Amino acid sequence: MAFETFADFIAMGKHGPFVWSAYGISLIIILANIIAPIQRKKALLNEIKRKIKREKLES
Amino acid sequence: MFQTIKRLYHQFGSPRYFYEMTGKMQPWLIAGTVLLVIPGLIWGLLFAPPDYLQGNSYRIMYIHVPSASLAMGGYVMMAVAGVIVLVWRMKMAEMVARCIAPIGASFAFLCLVTGAIWGKPTWGTWWVWDARLTSMLILLFLYIGVMALNMAIENPQTAARATAVLSIVGAVNIPIIKYSVEWWNTLHQPASITLTSSSMAPEMLIPLLMCIFGFYFLFAVLLIMATRCEVLAREQRSAWVRQLVGE
Repeated sequence: MAFETFADFIAMGKHGPFVWSAYGISLIIILANIIAPIQRKKALLNEIKRKIKREKLES
Repeated sequence: MFQTIKRLYHQFGSPRYFYEMTGKMQPWLIAGTVLLVIPGLIWGLLFAPPDYLQGNSYRIMYIHVPSASLAMGGYVMMAVAGVIVLVWRMKMAEMVARCIAPIGASFAFLCLVTGAIWGKPTWGTWWVWDARLTSMLILLFLYIGVMALNMAIENPQTAARATAVLSIVGAVNIPIIKYSVEWWNTLHQPASITLTSSSMAPEMLIPLLMCIFGFYFLFAVLLIMATRCEVLAREQRSAWVRQLVGE
């Protein structure tokens, strides 16, 4: 372990704000890339289901 | 060997096969991502020793380097898909190329932002117009250009051919990024690891390699998720999608 206490770990020897902001931004961007296709898939499946239903009603 | 590659190429060229196969591959790729990235980052953040010159700010490396590697690797993949689009008119390659752009742009952006945050305590500045940083910024603009062109052209096939040309021409930037630290005098340090050697201590290097490989798995997961949506959207009139949704 490179740090003595949890506070040392958070402080990162004066570099805390730099390290944690870099990791925070990365987490946000990666999560956005995971959530976007999940949402899109849900929307697409609903749309296709609706279309199939409408066609059944029309025929 | 060649026969196998040829067979795989044709199988994955079918949107239905691609959708079914990637659905089966996904859990394994997710497992690979989790098993490499999480231990890699914990090791890098908690257990790797501080750098004797930079202190703890160097821990940004564990996301900066994989992001840079993916931004460049993703671009090469997009350009290769572009060649397949232009030469063999493969529909699946059109979809993959289209889906790489926003993911690649995300990693190029991450590389630049984490680099700037790392630069402040290390170099005393967020940004300099040196060859490495500038060529990486151009890579981000190329990705954004590809995305804009894809959105501007309504017909997906025409859009795919136009963006294929742009991404192939833009590929000249990739060797420029890679060798910028050798060709010009840059503030950015040269590569610490190459295929054959490393100037880094193993207790820093092993977590870095775990993060790099883990991010490649992550990239595969993100690309597959996005491309599966694209397949559903484009193939929604086909019988197999209707059957799949109807179930």
